[in-house]
Amino acid sequence: MSAGAAPERGWVDAELAQELPELALWTVTAGEPPARRSPPEVRERLGMLASRFRGADAVELRRRPVPHAYRVFFRQIGLDPDEQRTPVEEAAMRRLMHGGFESRGALEDALLLAVVETGVPVWALDDGSLDGPLGIRGARAGEQRPRADGFADDLPAGRLVVADAAGPVAVLFGEPDARHAVTRATTRIRLFTLQVAGVPDVHVEEAFWTALDAAWPR
Amino acid sequence: MRPGRARLGRVVVLIDPYRQDLTLGLVTEPDERAARRTLRDQIARLEAQLAECVTTAFSTRGEVPFQVSGVHGPRVLGIAELERVRDDLAARLGDARRELTAHGLAQERARVRLERMLLAPGRHKFARVAAAEIGDGGCGVYQVRPRLGIIGMLAGWWHVKLSSGCPLAT
Repeated sequence: MSAGAAPERGWVDAELAQELPELALWTVTAGEPPARRSPPEVRERLGMLASRFRGADAVELRRRPVPHAYRVFFRQIGLDPDEQRTPVEEAAMRRLMHGGFESRGALEDALLLAVVETGVPVWALDDGSLDGPLGIRGARAGEQRPRADGFADDLPAGRLVVADAAGPVAVLFGEPDARHAVTRATTRIRLFTLQVAGVPDVHVEEAFWTALDAAWPR
Repeated sequence: MRPGRARLGRVVVLIDPYRQDLTLGLVTEPDERAARRTLRDQIARLEAQLAECVTTAFSTRGEVPFQVSGVHGPRVLGIAELERVRDDLAARLGDARRELTAHGLAQERARVRLERMLLAPGRHKFARVAAAEIGDGGCGVYQVRPRLGIIGMLAGWWHVKLSSGCPLAT
């Protein structure tokens, strides 16, 4: 891996790009899976972050520019951010419920650090399971979303998804589908993030950099 | 089509509660995207104002209603759905502002009562104002009490005392 890997812009369906011109997907190939356990300094960083983050900060989040941008985007695409929380607010809620940011492994911790520190969510995918570059489009009629138990859920036509050439990879702002999730068999990881109106490029880069630096320290 | 009459698209009313203006437009098909963009801008502004209300209510230890239901997304919403989201947000913002105003007025009344107690304690014997009523945290209560107990009561020596903190948990 390289913490200096340059993010690449993914594709966005032409009609969707006309409708939501500032919506963008960025990917970066991170390389081999990191060690399963986070290094002590990352766990310490999580602890410090948790102690700086209190209930008032969780409420105040919605006024900060980047988390606010995601809240607005949620509203604009028909999601209620108080019901399906934005990723940073979900992390904040976890912090309040558990009394801290508990370490869940090097990769999860790196993604958590990225979202809490920058407000920009980053997801990890098994690069080997992907077919070509990632992009955003509406789901087509008849497309399905496989579940971990072997069954699949129908995707309503028009549901916004992150997709590769083979089909949907994840519902927008949802966790990746089971067959694209990072597992022990994963040999290469691809990170992706979603940029919406009001989120500057520098925050996207910072989110990637934070995740890469935490999971694959130089 | 009869001469002199053009076929018009849907009529869309764009209400911007922030600017308090009303735009009535005859929207043709190519304009719908612009209408959706306007609605999305309005949603963004309303969300910002609602966020202000929620954080203000939190800082004053009040509570305002803020939940606005989604429309089973994520997807590109049409004009009608965007209008519904916007209208729900506007309604919720109105409710939140009313709550905040009522809360502010109640606090103001409590502050005035406290000021009167402090100015003339003898005229407000045993009157009480809780610290929470004036927006302060904690469980303190301002109360007009006689100095030196029964002696102060007989002599007309009254003053305002702030009780100390929350009662111990039992």
